[in-house]
Amino acid sequence: MSDKNDHILEEVSNAEYKYGFYTDIEMDQAPPGLTEDTIRFISAKKNEPDFMLAFRLKAFRHWKTLKEPDWAHVEYPPINYQDLIYYSAPRKRPKYDSLDEVDPELLETFEKLGIPLDEQKMLAGVAVDAVMDSVSVGSTFKKTLAEHGVIFCSFSEALQKYPDLIKKYMGSVVPYTDNFFAALNSAVFSDGSFAYIPKGVRCPLELSTYFRINAANTGQFERTLIVAEEGSYVSYMEGCTAPIRDENQLHAAIVEIIAHKDAEVKYATVQNWWPGDKEGKGGVYNFVTKRGICKGENAKISWTQVETGSAITWKYPSLILQGDNSVGEFYSVAVTNNKQQADTGTKMIHLGKNTRSTIISKGISGGQSNNSYRGLVKTSRKAENARNFSQCDSLLLGDQCGAHTFPYIDVGNRSSIVEHEATTSKISEDQLFYCLQRGIDMEGAIGLIVNGYAKDVLSKLPMEFAVEAQKLLSISLEGSVG
Amino acid sequence: METTHTSLLKDKFLELYQKEQEAIRGQATPLVNRIRRNALARFRENGFPTTRQEHWRFTDLSPLLNTEFAFDFSNQSRNIDVDKIFTCDVYDLDTFSITLLNGWFVYKHAPLTRLADGTIIGSLAKAMEIYPAIVDQYIGKAAKTDQYEMAALNTAFLQDGLFIYVPDGVEVEKPVQLINIVNADHPVFLQPRHLVIAGKGAKLTLVHCDHSLTHNISFTNTVMELFAEQDAVVDHYKIQNKGRNSALVTNNFFHQKRNSRLSSNIITLNGGFTKNIMDVSISQPDCVSEHYGLYLVDSNQHVDNLVNIDHMAAQSRSDQLYKGILDDEATAVFSGKVLVRRHAQQTQAFQNNKNILLTDDAKANTQPHLEIYADDVKCSHGATVGQLDPEAMFYLRSRGLCERTARQMMMIAFANEVVQKISIEALQKRIQNMVEKRLKGELSICDQCVLHCNSKEPTTFNIDLSKL
Repeated sequence: MSDKNDHILEEVSNAEYKYGFYTDIEMDQAPPGLTEDTIRFISAKKNEPDFMLAFRLKAFRHWKTLKEPDWAHVEYPPINYQDLIYYSAPRKRPKYDSLDEVDPELLETFEKLGIPLDEQKMLAGVAVDAVMDSVSVGSTFKKTLAEHGVIFCSFSEALQKYPDLIKKYMGSVVPYTDNFFAALNSAVFSDGSFAYIPKGVRCPLELSTYFRINAANTGQFERTLIVAEEGSYVSYMEGCTAPIRDENQLHAAIVEIIAHKDAEVKYATVQNWWPGDKEGKGGVYNFVTKRGICKGENAKISWTQVETGSAITWKYPSLILQGDNSVGEFYSVAVTNNKQQADTGTKMIHLGKNTRSTIISKGISGGQSNNSYRGLVKTSRKAENARNFSQCDSLLLGDQCGAHTFPYIDVGNRSSIVEHEATTSKISEDQLFYCLQRGIDMEGAIGLIVNGYAKDVLSKLPMEFAVEAQKLLSISLEGSVG
Repeated sequence: METTHTSLLKDKFLELYQKEQEAIRGQATPLVNRIRRNALARFRENGFPTTRQEHWRFTDLSPLLNTEFAFDFSNQSRNIDVDKIFTCDVYDLDTFSITLLNGWFVYKHAPLTRLADGTIIGSLAKAMEIYPAIVDQYIGKAAKTDQYEMAALNTAFLQDGLFIYVPDGVEVEKPVQLINIVNADHPVFLQPRHLVIAGKGAKLTLVHCDHSLTHNISFTNTVMELFAEQDAVVDHYKIQNKGRNSALVTNNFFHQKRNSRLSSNIITLNGGFTKNIMDVSISQPDCVSEHYGLYLVDSNQHVDNLVNIDHMAAQSRSDQLYKGILDDEATAVFSGKVLVRRHAQQTQAFQNNKNILLTDDAKANTQPHLEIYADDVKCSHGATVGQLDPEAMFYLRSRGLCERTARQMMMIAFANEVVQKISIEALQKRIQNMVEKRLKGELSICDQCVLHCNSKEPTTFNIDLSKL
């Protein structure tokens, strides 16, 4: 235990953002600006089927009628959507069978990130579909997955190989009309991941995708679609780091999850986009729409997220519990430091009978940051015996930061029970004193206490992530002590 | 979206303001007129609130405004003998009673009374005439007309209502009781305006009752500004028992200074449409601010409680407890917000909202929000929507109680948590009794809490006991 703590301390003392570097790879970019031509360019570039282009154009036309939402508790200068570059892809797009063929520079990048692309990690049983900017460049363990009939590939590949599946499920959970950023993503999304677990299959590996924003001034528009057929199971991990950039980078992703009868999907993410420097300069804007639907009976979806990065986070992984007896879970740790702003939470929409949901959210704010939980729990008239328990705690680490809780509870029948609890307090003086008195320095003590505080959520992460997430928490809080 | 009739009504108000300027202005001071003009500009800008606004998301005013309302800009009620209309029947409750009929002050003896200890109680219109300095010092200082559209409308047309001034160090012995009666044979739109000032170290208990005597459509849009100066202690009770066709929007703006104590209870027993806005500013340290609410609604009644507490200063404590039982197709909204500003260290703020739904058609929306910018605070909130505890139920049944009795007992106990916060014993007993009757389905809206009306067709309330 003490070794691990020492290690955390050591990490903490590394002051700067350690994932800040920039890989120089030739890019194939769309000209800046957003018009129907840009969309046709992206679609043509990716050699997409016609229905895809039609979908994009519909979304774009709808997007033009929308206004950027302003209800979130965040502030940022207006974004000029015509200034952004909507497509960039590594120019060479080789199809590798082994890692030896991969551009060494890219491998080095992954090495620095600690992405488990190498042999050891393969032995650890992780199939990685690494996304560098927008286009997939590496994929492993495909064969094992193929044996089980699991499809795990990039979105563009899926469009070529499985257009019917994409057509059937894309936009069924997050329609392009959903919100401003979802419409934008639907119009211009570059690539993403697609996972399909056939009926009755327990996915033998943890699926994992790493995203990186790489080219300057490029909006990153990922799209992830996960379909779990009846009785299947999958655990999916997504992690992000981004290099230091001076201009704000816009990230507007969509994640859709469909769980059919008796299926279970676990979705875990560690989000560590570049948060900007101490003055709040630069940093990623993360405006993401994530939603899952428990379509059939007894389906289960859980979201687990650790949010430490981004200048601004606007993210509400939601669940629609449509099937009877379906279960939804949301576990979140959101850390903000310096001038970061996070407005995050979840929505649990109970439609089916005996549906259950749990929300555990832990917000930690330091520096001059603002951290908000915003959540909705809704039970419809027909959602008999629906049950929800929410707990949203906030921890304040300085007198310049803010912690906010905005729950919305709408109950529409008499048999459901919805409970919400929240507390806001500062870090316990007694606990700090105890740690200091045992010779742990201030930052180490805070790292320790915060990790303990977030344990409920961290324990829900897959093992590999849990270790990384613990370190991230400590690093993120570096310099937060007032 | 603004509907056609709300925008028509808005135009009508703007037109009335021009037309009735003379009457509205009355004897008001230039400052009051300036406040009115500013508020009118706000109203012209913002109009009526719509469901697109955060504070009104679940409360749609527009169907209520689709009525040909009558307006009254001069006091027609001054000489009516109120005693003939009603009498208060809370035994042992000795109050200094004031009556407003259709928004206007009813003169029993004089429009403004100055008690021996210096306390002034009476009509606001008269106070503007006689004590312009006091009125000018306070009026419009607490009402946030830029944030609350209905308060802007009220302010633009502010004319009469209750005025209380308690000088420094004076403890008003008897509770002041304000009875707000609506009695009209045609649809009326009323906008009473109250100003209550408790000076340094003063003590005041205010009982505020809202009633309707007829079953006609009425819309009441009240603003109360209450100032608690240093060390003042104010207890505020609001009892709402109105007809099903009445709509009531109450905008309460409370301002607390150093070491003041404020306690507020809002008991909503009946009312077609009720929106209670409670906006509290704690501007100096060491204050206590307690807010309790109870709503028992059935049929298609709608009640919306909005509590906004702004902790601007350190070492204060605020407490919110709102509980409700909803039957039939009733809907209830609770939005609580605690804002703790950067320098408001050592703030303690608690928020709790509990709802019981008795039918599948009843709906509860609750939004207990916390917005905190100071680190040395203790804040918590909780909200529950559910049913009676099955284990407690089992316990009572195992002791031989029938299901109905057990349920009633538990509901009464549920409501009692709020009722027990009432510190005037006589009033507490009376309200407890009313709540029990209400929950047993024996209370009619004409069986008024503090008065008996003389309506010939009392409407009875039936909570369907089979559902209990």
